[in-house]
Amino acid sequence: MTGLLQNLIDGLGRGSIYALLALGIAVIFGVMHLLNFAHGELITVSGYASFAVFQSGWTWYLVAPLIIVVSVLASLLIERVAFSRVRGASDFTLLLTSFGVHFLVSAMFVMYVSASVKSFPRPGWVTDTYSVGSLSIEVFDTVVILVTLVTLIATAALLQRTMFGLSLRAAAADFDTARLMGVRSDSVIRGAFALSGLLAGIAGIFWLMRAGSTTPTGGIDPMLKGVLAALIGGLGSLRGAVLGGLALGMAEVLLRSRLPAGVAPLTEGVVFALIALLFIFRPQGLITVAHAERV
Amino acid sequence: MLEVSGLTTRYGNISALRDANVSVGAGEVVGLIGPNGAGKTTLLGSIAGLLRPASGSVVFDGNDVTGAPPEVMLRSGLALVPEHRRIFTDMTVQENLKIGGVTRSADERAELLDEMALLFPVLRDKWDTPAGFLSGGEAQQLAIARALMSKPKLLMMDEPTLGLAPVLVDAIFELIDTLRSEGRTILVVEQNATRMLGAADRAYVMRSGEVVVTGTGAELRERSDLFDTFVGG
Repeated sequence: MTGLLQNLIDGLGRGSIYALLALGIAVIFGVMHLLNFAHGELITVSGYASFAVFQSGWTWYLVAPLIIVVSVLASLLIERVAFSRVRGASDFTLLLTSFGVHFLVSAMFVMYVSASVKSFPRPGWVTDTYSVGSLSIEVFDTVVILVTLVTLIATAALLQRTMFGLSLRAAAADFDTARLMGVRSDSVIRGAFALSGLLAGIAGIFWLMRAGSTTPTGGIDPMLKGVLAALIGGLGSLRGAVLGGLALGMAEVLLRSRLPAGVAPLTEGVVFALIALLFIFRPQGLITVAHAERV
Repeated sequence: MLEVSGLTTRYGNISALRDANVSVGAGEVVGLIGPNGAGKTTLLGSIAGLLRPASGSVVFDGNDVTGAPPEVMLRSGLALVPEHRRIFTDMTVQENLKIGGVTRSADERAELLDEMALLFPVLRDKWDTPAGFLSGGEAQQLAIARALMSKPKLLMMDEPTLGLAPVLVDAIFELIDTLRSEGRTILVVEQNATRMLGAADRAYVMRSGEVVVTGTGAELRERSDLFDTFVGG
């Protein structure tokens, strides 16, 4: 029982980061039907920015907000340079464009920075734990879970209570009709990319704190986790994305600790197999979305 | 107020609308009638910016707005209640209305919400209900109220009575009367030609993509050659 509870807490910590990534992917998918395979590049770019400022002696207190700023700006820049040119194109074109951005960004870091791993210090408390009864809880997980909770509440408030949030929801439901009401397609799409970048930035802080390094291909892992979580939740559903992220985190932790020693290194593979199974029985994901109109 | 001249809109090679000339003066209620496939919805879509016309011009309030996107058309004062209502079903009644007033300041939006609550008592009772739960008649009223939230100079409606029970059709025509008495300018596409002629100052008759004739209700009813228009739609 304690073991299970321990797994759940660990899984919640891991899943929170996935949830933030998946939410950013779902927000973009909602307004422009783009499954953004370049989402992880926001973390790659933030990682290199962090590396650069650590060289000039910055500390995590300054680096953390910088990561958010860099991630938002990178998200807006990618929209401007790449995705704004394929608005309204077929889903397949959008998909290929996002792959293109993904490969281009990693190639640029290989060519102009370095192909090798760039390391920076991790905050000292990342590995600290504290005990509650017989549970051993990571300080890091606790911070991640709390920050994610606050972020999700703030995002929900943004979507429910602000005109930007209403516009975003209206555009996701029926883009043409939203425009008929006067919702500007430019502002709602840029806003979606900014929000997506902000969520990726918050996730990125934790991702980079734990990794303590960045590589040109460092965006693949967070991208895969985010995309999978969004798919598990039912693409386009924001609640689904969060649930999908948490479910993915839990599944990873549970499997890693429960699988026989010989199979444990293959946890990722087992998770993918389970996801494949889920899609066989529930291709629309956990939450069904009435299909959104495309830009 | 609205001058549409020589407007042609194509879907691929097919001209759904050919050389249409339509004008609406301030304070007028104008009907647009004709059988299915006559190009009525295409005409409204081309005026509202949903469709890009291939040629011709749309001049509104003295400005040439031909081919402008819908968000620009709305800002110039044109609002469209689209075919099939297209309300945001996952959002509440109030949220739908707020989106309708997205171009207005927060204060003005609050005033307009109060105004809509008075004009549409049915909606006031369901303020926080998701719009997907509304009946057909309520949803149509919401669609109209949502368009009015932008304080349009010209309100265009596409088939507002489609699929409604007779008693609700009456309610929509009463609403058009109320809006007319408020001095609003309205252009309505309507399948129910006879009733539309009763409610409108003037009407245009469309057939196979062309505007064939215009006149007052009395004038158009005289035209026996338009008989199919009245029974056909």
